[in-house]
This record gives sequence, structure tokens and C-alpha cells, in this order.
Amino acid sequence: MVRARRGSAVLFTCRELLAPTVRRDGQVCDPPRNRLSPRGGGRDATIAAVPMSTTLLVVQVLNGLQLGVLLFLIAAGLTLVFGVMDFINLAHGVQYMLGAYLAVAFYGLTGSFLLALVLALAAALLFGLLLEAAVFRHLYGRDHLDHVIATFGIILFLNSAVKYVWGAAPLSLPVPEALTGSIVLAPGILYPVWRLVIIGSGLAVALLLYVLVSWTRIGMLVRAGATNAEMVSALGVDIRRLFTLVFGFGAMLAGFAGIMIAPILSVEPGMGDTILILAFVVIVIGGIGSIRGAFVAALLIGLVDTLGRSFAVDLLRLVMSSSTARTVGPALASMLIYLLMAVVLYVRPTGLFPAKGR
Amino acid sequence: MTPAAAPADAVPVLTRPRRTVVLPALVFAALALVPAGAFALSAGYLLDLFTRVMIFAIAALSVDLLIGYAALVTFGQAAFVGIGAYAVGILASHGLTDVVVALPVALLASGLFALVTGFVCLRTKGVYFIMITLAFGQMAFFTASSLAPYGGDDGLTVQERNTVLGLPLFEQPLVFYYVVLVALLVVYLLFRALVASRFGRVLRGAKDNALRMTTLGFQVYRFQLAAYVIAGMAGGLAGFLLANATEFVSPAYMSWQRSGELIIMVLLGGLGTLHGAIVGAAAFLLLEEWLSALTEHWKMIFGPLLVLVVVFVRGGLIGIGAALARAAGRRGPRG
Repeated sequence: MVRARRGSAVLFTCRELLAPTVRRDGQVCDPPRNRLSPRGGGRDATIAAVPMSTTLLVVQVLNGLQLGVLLFLIAAGLTLVFGVMDFINLAHGVQYMLGAYLAVAFYGLTGSFLLALVLALAAALLFGLLLEAAVFRHLYGRDHLDHVIATFGIILFLNSAVKYVWGAAPLSLPVPEALTGSIVLAPGILYPVWRLVIIGSGLAVALLLYVLVSWTRIGMLVRAGATNAEMVSALGVDIRRLFTLVFGFGAMLAGFAGIMIAPILSVEPGMGDTILILAFVVIVIGGIGSIRGAFVAALLIGLVDTLGRSFAVDLLRLVMSSSTARTVGPALASMLIYLLMAVVLYVRPTGLFPAKGR
Repeated sequence: MTPAAAPADAVPVLTRPRRTVVLPALVFAALALVPAGAFALSAGYLLDLFTRVMIFAIAALSVDLLIGYAALVTFGQAAFVGIGAYAVGILASHGLTDVVVALPVALLASGLFALVTGFVCLRTKGVYFIMITLAFGQMAFFTASSLAPYGGDDGLTVQERNTVLGLPLFEQPLVFYYVVLVALLVVYLLFRALVASRFGRVLRGAKDNALRMTTLGFQVYRFQLAAYVIAGMAGGLAGFLLANATEFVSPAYMSWQRSGELIIMVLLGGLGTLHGAIVGAAAFLLLEEWLSALTEHWKMIFGPLLVLVVVFVRGGLIGIGAALARAAGRRGPRG
């Protein structure tokens, strides 16, 4: 959550950074009403006159981008697994959670963020492969509902197992020493370095994925698999190995998202549940199996959600009374992305960039 | 309800009439005897527990109607339960506590929500349908969370259970138990009749092959919309009863996890059998009750159990029963 400090630029406190706060029970909290509109008082009068100042807009756009790339990291794996294997993996969210927990655990052991990152990534990959071999492999080609129930079981198990091992209290991971603090983007606009690192690494992963998928043999097989897996298999490709590879890679990406977000979000059981639903919204809007769609939709959702939460009340105030706006605004902001999804699906029932050639 | 000359591709349940009568009869007989058992063991909590089981069984039935018979995998059924519950809560907070008002409002509100959302949802197919029902479920959830005059996030306490024409009948646990049992029976029989009727056959035909039904001249969309509204109203009924049972209404009733649990109940019991939904709801809630008494980390046992059921058992608990009953390895009800 963003807190505007009077008199200076916008600053952040470490644990309040992600636009939608995620509560213990896995629901996204409404932002505190009115957090962006100063309440009365002399010095605030100028700010109240221009509620959507440029500073705030820039910062919120960056926050939206940050949420967007985070969603992309998770949605990319999800959409590939879904598109290539036709497998609904509800457990993708807990893999994100596990990434965060592993990062905290390895940081506690090694004391170095970089080492923790590498070890946690390896562990996330290993765990993904293990899960694939132990459970998911038996479910390919089964009904989607079987996927749902089995992966729901894995969610229950891992959420509970994490609580058993690390306790129910939220854990935290410090931001790496060299990347703490904020930098001045423009006069009067400060932004925390770590968030920029998240945005940068997310875009880097997107680029890497683009190169991998568009320019390599593996990527070609993945694309072909998303269009018609049976045909790929009939052409002599070991589709099982491709599945395992895609699955492991997807799990690692989700774990990576969890590791990167751990320094600015409390690490707690159930943190994957909310993000999972958002990731599903992303891949459905983008079109299942499409990395490009996932990228566009992730940024769209990130921006719409963040900007909606920041400005819904102020915008609504233009058309209705202040008190009504304060009641309706947060609710509207929370459901904005679902509204967006409903509209997109109404107009384009298979998403923006459908990958399946049906 | 037992057409002798069922089409070759009809759900096999219909061609085996005996099992669809015996098992449900046993289930309902067992439910009717629960209060006697509760008093014999002087375990009053059993009555509350099974009231809860039956209420969720009604919601699970509505899910089974959609998933099991129309292949409409709904991931937002909890919203209807929530709407029914909020109807009771909101009316009660305005002093309207009689069933005569609360029940029709609960049914109408949930039916109307189903009509409007179904109109949009049914344009999509498969996974996209799952997600769009989820979207509407989440919208309902966030709307409920923002109802500041009615508790918002914290929910709303229902001061007293609904009265029946002024009589406080629901306040007596035993009476309320049998009221819920009758409601469950009515919904079950209604759905059983519905599924066997022409309407149900069109739905099942569209489940197998929507294009074929369309070319046969049926406007599949209308049938599915009608089914969606009926299921929504059944969900509203469950919500009405739930608000009365818990004397509390909260947005949590509409959470997507709750919708997921309803699907799991149906799958656990056996999809497309109707009584499987009842068995599944009972198995889910009783297992939850038993395991959570055993250990705080009961989900560590429950989760893998679900995985095992999926990997090794097809057709849910009813499927196991059917497989055991038929020694010869014929195909289970899921097919």
C-alpha cells in the first residue's frame, strides 16, 4: 500500500508496497478508504485540488507494472502447462508461495540473498519436477475436473505443510543490501529500487521467454504442442519429456516470482491462493496457451487493478456524492479486473490471443 | 423415471433403475435416523453437524445438476449460497424475519442473479466458462464485502432464526433438522425428475454433443440457461438454510474456495448421480470434522487423500460402491 507523505515526494514503507494487500485468509483487502485524498487541513488543500497529481500517477503506473510483471511470471508457466498439456494446475499458486518460503529459509542458512535466490530456484525446479513425477503425470489426458480436485488437494497439503514447518506467523525477507532505498526518477518522484529490480527482471524473463519460444527448437515444439499436442507426438517428439520440461520451467518461474516478491510482501501460508486466481484471470483474458497474450493481459490486469484501487474513489466522486463514492469505490476497484474479464470473454469468448487453432 | 428404451448414449445411471432407488433411499433413511442416534449417544453436536451436511448437500446437488448433467463446470456456485444467506440477513436486520418473506426473496434474488450472469456466462465454453463463473462469483464476493451497512467484511449476525408464520419453529434444533431434511429431499426429487424429463435429456444430449442437439432443432442455450437458473435458486435455498443454521452471514460464504469445495464434494461423491452429491457433502464435512479433531494440521492428511482418490478411484465414492457391487469390470457411472 502506498502512503503519501505530505510535503515530500511519495515514500514507501517496506511492508506496505504491493498495491493490493493480501490478507491472511487469501482475500485481497480493500485499500483503506480515502488513502489518497488528504482529509481537510491547510497544507493539504493544494493536493486536494489536484487529486491525480502526476507524481502519484507515475508511481501508481510503476506499481501497476510491477504487479503486472509479477503476474506474468506466474501466468507464463500456468498458460504453458495449460496450453501444452491441457492441464489445469491450481497448485501453481502454492509453488509461488513455496518459492518465497524457500528464499526465506535459504537466506536464513546462507545470509546471502544471491545464494538464497539460486538455491531457492533450484529447489523450486526440483520440487516442480518431483510433483510432476509423483502426481501430475498420472493425470494427463484425464478430465479437467480430475485436475482440479487433485491440485486442490495439493494446495491444501502445501498450505498446511508450510504452516507446520514454518509456523502460521508471516515471515519476512530483507531487501538485498545494495538494492535498498529509493532512487529519484524525476524531480519529486522517488521510487524504491527493489520494485524497479522486480520490473526489470520480469521484463528480462519475458524477453528470454520470447527468444526461447520464438527462436529455439524447444520453443517451436512448445508452440506446436500448444496448438496440437497429439500431432507433435505423432511426429516422433517425446511429448512426455517436453511436458516434464515445461512443467519444471513453469514451476521455477512461479518460484522466481515468489522469491522476488518476498522482500516486499509478508511470506505466509495462503499467499499463493489470491495470486493464483489473478493469474487465471490473466491467462483467460490473454488466451490460453499464448505467452504473448499472458504478457499483455498481465500488464493490463496489473495496471487496471492498481490504478483502479488508487483512483476509483476520486473518479467516482466526479459523478456522485463523496460518501457514496467512498462506499462504492473500493468495491468497484476490487471487482474491476473481474468485470474486465467478463467483458473480454463476452466480446471474445476465447481471450485476446487464442493459441488453439480450433 | 426409468425409460426402458433409453437412447444408447444416455447416462448409464438411467438404465440401471434399481441402484438409483436403493442407494438414495438408504442415504435418506440414514439422515432421518441421525437425530435418534444423536439422542442415544447424547451427542447434540451431531444434529448441528448433519444439519450443516444436508445444507451443503443441497448446494452440492445444484453443482451436480450443472456439472454432472449439463457439463457446465461452474466455479461460482458459492455466490448463490451467499445471496440466499444475505437475503435472510438483510431482511432480518430490517425486522422481516418470517419465512413467508425471506424464502421467496432468497430464491428470487439468487434466481435473478443466475439469469443475468448465466446470460453472459453461457456464451463461453469449457475452461472459459469456469473462469467467467468465477469472475461473477468474485464480483458477488466483493459486493458483499462492501455492504458497509450490513457488516461489510466482518459479516452480519442474524439476531434470530426465521419464524414460520410467526411461530419460532426453526429455533428448535430437531424441527429445523427435519425442515432441512425435507428441503433436501424435495430438491433431490425435483432434480431427479428434472434429469429424467425431456428437459434433462436435452441437457444431457447437449453435454455429449451440443452441435448435434442444435441441429436437431433444440435451442441448447435456453435449456442451459434454465438449468443455470434452477441450480442458482437451489443454491439460494441452501444459503437461506445456512443463514438460519449459523445465525450469521458473511462474505466468506461466497469465496471461491467455497465454490471449489462444492465441486470437490460432488466429485468426491460421484459426478452425475445426484445422490453422489449428498454422499460427497457428507464425506467431505465429516472427514473435515474428524480430521480437524485429530490434528490442527488436518489438511496435510486431507489434501493427499483427495489426490489419492483422484488418481486411483474414478467415479468418486459412489463409483467405488458400484465397482464393488458389480464384480464384473463394467464401466463406472462416469464412463
